[in-house]
Amino acid sequence: MTRGPTWFNITSLIAGFSFLYLPIVLLVIYSFNESRLVTVWGGFSTKWYVSLLQNDQLLDAAWVTLRVAFVSASIATVLGTLAALVLVRSGRFVGRTLFSGMIFAPLVMPEVILGLSLLLLFVAMDQTRGFWTVMLAHTTFSMCYVAVVVQSRLVGFDKSMEEAAEDLGCPPVKTFFLITLPIILPGVIAGWMLAFTLSLDDLVIASFTTGPGATTLPMKIYSQVRLGVTPEINAVCTILVALVTLGVIAASIATKRQQVQRERDERAAFGAEG
Amino acid sequence: MAKKSVGPVRREFTPWENPDHPPFIEFRNVSKKFGDFTAVRNLSLKIYEREFFALLGGSGCGKTTLMRMLAGFETPTSGQIFLDGQDLAGIPPYRRPSNMMFQSYALFPHMSVEKNIAFGLKQDKLPQAEIDDRVAEMLRLTKLEQFAKRKPHQLSGGQRQRVALARSLAKRPKVLLLDEPLGALDRKLREETQFELMNLQEELKMTFLIVTHDQEEAMTVADRIAVMDKGELIQVATPSEIYEAPNSIYVADFIGDVNLIEATVSEVSEDGTKLHSTGEGFLIESSQTTEAAPGDKVWYAIRPEKVRIAKGQGDAGAFNQVTGIVWDIGYLGDVSIIHAKVGADNRDILRATFANVSRMVEDPITWDEDVVLSFDRDAGVILTR
Amino acid sequence: MDEEVHVAAPVKRSLGGWLLIAMPYLWLLIFFLAPFLIVFKISLSEVAIAIPPYLPTFDFSEGWETFRENLSSFSLENYIWLTEDALYWKSYLSSVIIAATSTVLTLLIGYPIAYGMARSPQSWRPTLLMLVILPFWTSFLIRVYAWIGILKNEGLLNQLLLSLGLIDEPLVILNTNIAVYIGIVYSYLPFLVLPLYASLEKLDGSLLEAAEDLGCPPWKAFWKVTLPLSIPGMIAGCFLVFIPAVGEFVIPDLLGGSDTLMIGKTLWVEFFNNRDWPVSSAVAVILLMILVIPIVLFQNQQQKMAEKNG
Repeated sequence: MTRGPTWFNITSLIAGFSFLYLPIVLLVIYSFNESRLVTVWGGFSTKWYVSLLQNDQLLDAAWVTLRVAFVSASIATVLGTLAALVLVRSGRFVGRTLFSGMIFAPLVMPEVILGLSLLLLFVAMDQTRGFWTVMLAHTTFSMCYVAVVVQSRLVGFDKSMEEAAEDLGCPPVKTFFLITLPIILPGVIAGWMLAFTLSLDDLVIASFTTGPGATTLPMKIYSQVRLGVTPEINAVCTILVALVTLGVIAASIATKRQQVQRERDERAAFGAEG
Repeated sequence: MAKKSVGPVRREFTPWENPDHPPFIEFRNVSKKFGDFTAVRNLSLKIYEREFFALLGGSGCGKTTLMRMLAGFETPTSGQIFLDGQDLAGIPPYRRPSNMMFQSYALFPHMSVEKNIAFGLKQDKLPQAEIDDRVAEMLRLTKLEQFAKRKPHQLSGGQRQRVALARSLAKRPKVLLLDEPLGALDRKLREETQFELMNLQEELKMTFLIVTHDQEEAMTVADRIAVMDKGELIQVATPSEIYEAPNSIYVADFIGDVNLIEATVSEVSEDGTKLHSTGEGFLIESSQTTEAAPGDKVWYAIRPEKVRIAKGQGDAGAFNQVTGIVWDIGYLGDVSIIHAKVGADNRDILRATFANVSRMVEDPITWDEDVVLSFDRDAGVILTR
Repeated sequence: MDEEVHVAAPVKRSLGGWLLIAMPYLWLLIFFLAPFLIVFKISLSEVAIAIPPYLPTFDFSEGWETFRENLSSFSLENYIWLTEDALYWKSYLSSVIIAATSTVLTLLIGYPIAYGMARSPQSWRPTLLMLVILPFWTSFLIRVYAWIGILKNEGLLNQLLLSLGLIDEPLVILNTNIAVYIGIVYSYLPFLVLPLYASLEKLDGSLLEAAEDLGCPPWKAFWKVTLPLSIPGMIAGCFLVFIPAVGEFVIPDLLGGSDTLMIGKTLWVEFFNNRDWPVSSAVAVILLMILVIPIVLFQNQQQKMAEKNG
């Protein structure tokens, strides 16, 4: 019998992906709408993008968001990679169950709880809220995502490579930087990217933990959205979607290329042996 | 040595026969436990300089653990390990003068062949010129010159194996540890590489310790073999001793093919022992003397190639002779193996092999034929355990 | 191959090893566990017009006696309040119902997609997989926002249906529970499709061939072979949709109506609009207790799957 795709399968794929992508496509299209009425097509225009550039509040918010995302993603990557090493390598230690629980819980915890609890911590610590508190909050939940991503990379890692390095005279810490890190680097980079976008997207946790002068872009978008749909917000969203899409596509093309090159090399190597 | 040969000759080398010869590696009452599981049990072993030594055993027998303790990746639960007179306790792997070739090769995927080989030398902070010289020498020795710039994934399995070997030899370690080094290669390449390893060991005058589960490999390369089971040494001897004079059923059965005949001692004298088999009901006379007393249950182990086979009926009362019926014949090309049913009710199987020395045989032995199986009085060994 | 038995045993650790553990561990203790204890503590306090707006505050500086006094003024009053005001238990109940309904809907929509992906030619799969993952990387808020323009009365869906003559007057979808269902299904679909696809893709095609060879028609082979074998993937996917959906805030807030009760929204309102920190803390504690059961079940299932595969 044939194992090709059936009509049923193709239909469900088309319907499913239309459902996933149509809303975003419509959003992008209507960001180029001349009319202020978002749902009535009034001709093509880029004027909302121009007005965006003059909206200082929005640009400020974007700048704050980028800085928070960059700093928190970087710290989260360091901590998350360490956490993944602990989970995969450290064997048993006192409090291991608690540790792995604390890594996995934030992945499924409602954001309102995370946000509220962190805010109450900052209040108890008498910490002025703003850039730093949002950054700390984002670091905390995104490090868990980094840990999970890096962990999956480490599980497939041949530990004898580290042993070989030590056997050849390389002390453990140096081994980590010379051998382990370069090999798990794709996972670490993917973890950073994930942490960055998570921070970029977050509304709820930022709303709880922020203070005056540190309004992030999602908070700005949210407060405008509550007032109604505007083409300007469509334009902001379009830019964000475009950036993320480009990033993800570029990353996956790079990975794919490497893979193809690698497979070609391997075929050549084994061909030569025969 | 008077014999003519090409390349290095296997030398006369028997330091283990001299009790005063200092060992190069010594395990002294070493035990290793993982939780409740005992991987190595109170084990003592001496290995000599320039020896090619094999640890042989099945999966989980403790041979890899023993080697990893020498390399420093596991710490003994009790006991001491000495290398060249130095107690290795507390010395981390990266300060030990041994190098290891890993079963998975463990080549660094992000470094070229050269960089992989130079890695250990760089850790010793040797001058660059010396590193380059050594790397070049290793590339030459392992015939990898044209692959120096390649990454591991651009190499075939055999080439990767040679890179791993070159990398572990580059630092000229006091002892080279080989963990199932040829396991990933196909049969032909494996046999070739076994001889290369032996030549290399001669040429470099180094001590090699190999861990393997492949008895042919151990027999081919090693000066001495230690057969291990359940964390203990069963027998430590040269390949020919292990094969011709196994000290236990375990070793006899593990190495090569063997007929194990259950027997009872009937007479013990200075020039030999007489037995009668329990199942087959035939008489055995062996030139071997044994500590067993008349009436004791023992095992008589005899290799199939030492059993002669001919058509016809044997004498009922003769020693070392039994009549049987051909049950199965396996033609392997170089040899044939015959399974014959012998003894009371023909319930037991005795195996005999013979070399196919000529291409055509008139009137060959065939199925359901009566045959006589016989052997010399020094063909087999009496085993008490 | 020699696979020696290595039982995990407590490892002797160097100072560096301890530091490695300590850094992420301490971070999580301070920024994840400690906050929960504070939430729990504040849920036992009383609301007050002060900064911070609750009493007693947690302060050792005034000495042990004051602390003890404060301790005795902690009360379960907020929890009692939660049971007295119908708003709260209705919110919890309706959150669970909405999340469960949406999970079932997501499964019904996600299964054909995952199945279609797993049965597609090998060369399509990486692309299809990326197409499922891509929305996950784009902002949640934006994806929810996109639906407002589609679902509102003068929105694109109604325009389309009106122009096709299928309806005479606009459907009211936005600000109803239907919009919330659509939002949850849409936002969490990738979470369900990914684990489901993973378990369907692993399914050996020769199993189906064997079933058919033994006289089982394809539709029956699906019921008897494919579906039972994809259950672990379905369970994992459903947990991944259900657990976060219960505490969802953005979707009910933007797409739901004023009568859409979800506990995440109730907490938000209690905190930001009523500034009642103790009550919102109590709400969070109860929500957490409700979610602990599915979270633990999910963890156990994941562990079992990992053991089976390992």
